[in-house]
Amino acid sequence: MPKRTPLYDVHVRSGARMVEFAGWDMPVQYEGLLAEHEAVRTRAGLFDVSHMGEVVFRGPKALEALNRAFTNDLGRVADGQAQYGCLCRDNGGIVDDVVVYRRSAEDLLVCVNAGNRQKDFDWLRDHSGGADVRNESDEWVQLALQGPRAAAILERLAKADLAALKTFRFVDGDVAGIRCTIARTGYTGESGFELFCRPDQGERLWGALLEAGKADGLTPAGLGARDTLRLEMAYRLYGSDMDDTTTPLEAGLAWVVKLDKPDFVGRDAILRQKAGGLPRKLVGFVLTDAGIARHGYDVTRDGQKVGTVTSGTKSPSLRTSIGLAYVPPALAAEGSTFAIDIRGRPAAARVVETPFYKRT
Amino acid sequence: MNFPEDLKYTRDHEWARVKGNRVTVGITDFAQDQLGDVVYVELPDVGDTVKKGEAFGVVESTKAVSDLFAPVSGKVVEVNDPLTDAPETVNEDPYEEGWMIVVEVANPAEQSDLLDAASYEKFVEEEQE
Repeated sequence: MPKRTPLYDVHVRSGARMVEFAGWDMPVQYEGLLAEHEAVRTRAGLFDVSHMGEVVFRGPKALEALNRAFTNDLGRVADGQAQYGCLCRDNGGIVDDVVVYRRSAEDLLVCVNAGNRQKDFDWLRDHSGGADVRNESDEWVQLALQGPRAAAILERLAKADLAALKTFRFVDGDVAGIRCTIARTGYTGESGFELFCRPDQGERLWGALLEAGKADGLTPAGLGARDTLRLEMAYRLYGSDMDDTTTPLEAGLAWVVKLDKPDFVGRDAILRQKAGGLPRKLVGFVLTDAGIARHGYDVTRDGQKVGTVTSGTKSPSLRTSIGLAYVPPALAAEGSTFAIDIRGRPAAARVVETPFYKRT
Repeated sequence: MNFPEDLKYTRDHEWARVKGNRVTVGITDFAQDQLGDVVYVELPDVGDTVKKGEAFGVVESTKAVSDLFAPVSGKVVEVNDPLTDAPETVNEDPYEEGWMIVVEVANPAEQSDLLDAASYEKFVEEEQE
C-alpha cells in the first residue's frame, strides 16, 4: 500500500490524477502536465513534495559528523544557508543526492529523496560520528512554490524579509500565520521557494498559497511537470540518472565534491577514479531525428550498444526531444553524435551544453 | 467521457469508423485522457499493411509510450500526417480531427468482435474499478 502525504485528500478533491512514485501515492497532474509546466515557467506553480524525507543531525559533533558523510563542504556555508551534495559509499557509489540546511553547526537538516528515506537514515545513522541522528521524515510537510511570480505571491503572506533571502538561503518565518521554514530552493530552474511546516498545518498552507496566488495565475502542479521542468535544467533524478553504482564524477556532479576538505566517505575511491579515468559520463543530448528517448533505451554507435539513456522527454518549453545518457568519455564532448535505439529504429542524437533551458 | 454511437471499439482503446471496406482508426476519448498530453505520434506509411491486434504505430505522452493496435487487417490508404506537427489534436478531438489511419479491409468478418459504444463504455467502467 503506497504511502500518502498529509495533503492526499486535498489532491483527490481537486481532481488530481494520482500515481505511485517511489512508494508514494502522488499527484502526477491536475489539469494537465503541459499547462502546469507552462504555469511554472511563466507564472507560478505549487507542488506538494512532502514525500521527500528529512534526517536531522544535532549536537556538538553534528557539523563535523555530517561533513564526513557528505561530498560538498558544510564548513564553507553559513548558518541559514543550504548546500547541495552527495552521500557516497566507500567505493564512491552515490547513496543519495541531498540538500543540507545548516541551521547551525549543531543542527543540520538533510532533505533526502522519497525512495531513499529509510536507506539514507540507516546509512547516516551508521555514520553518526557522535551526533544525534533522527529521521523526521513524517514530521514535515514540504511545499514548493516555483515560478517568476512566486516571490510576489509569498510576500503577501509571509512575515519575513524575502528580498534579503538569496538563492540557497533559508529563514524561519510565518506564512499565513503558519510557522514555516522558508527556503529559496527548488528543482525547476525558476526562482522560487520550498516551505517546510508541520503536517497538521499543511492543508491550510496549501489553501492559503493558492488563494493568495489566484490573481497571478498560480496553479497546483504535479510530479509530471516537476520531472519535465527538472530535466530541462538537466537536474539529475536519483534512481533514474544515478544510483548506488554510479559515482558523482560519472554523474557530472564533480562540482559538489570537495576533494580539498577533510576526509569524507568515498573520497579515496573518487580520487582513484579521477586519476584513473572515468568509464562513462552523463551527458545531455537532443534528438535530431523524430521520436522521444526514454529511460533505459540503448545509446548506439555503428549498431553497437555504447551507453544508456537515463532520462528523456519532449521538452515542453523548447519543443525538442531532450535527454540524459551515460556514454563513453570519448563521446561526451559537446557536438559528439550517436544514435538512440527507439524501439529498434536508430534516431540520431547530438551532445549539447546543459541546462537545455535557459531563463531569459 | 464521450463514446460516439456510430463507432466500434477495441479493448485496447482504439475506435473504428466503418464505411464500406474503408475503416478509419483512432484512439478513444478515454485513451487520450489516460495518456495525458500527447506529444508524439508515429504512424505507418500509406501502402503499409496492418494486422488486426498487432501494433501499427505509437502514441507518446510526456510521460508514457503506448502502442497503437489495429482493430482490423488491411492496407493503409490514408494517414493523418498533420498529427506529426500537431499531436495535441489527439487530445483535443480524438474522434474527428485526431483520426490516425484509414485501412482498406480485406476481411470484413474480422469486425464482428469489436465492441459497440455501450459495451465499450461498460468495459471502461470495469477497467477503472
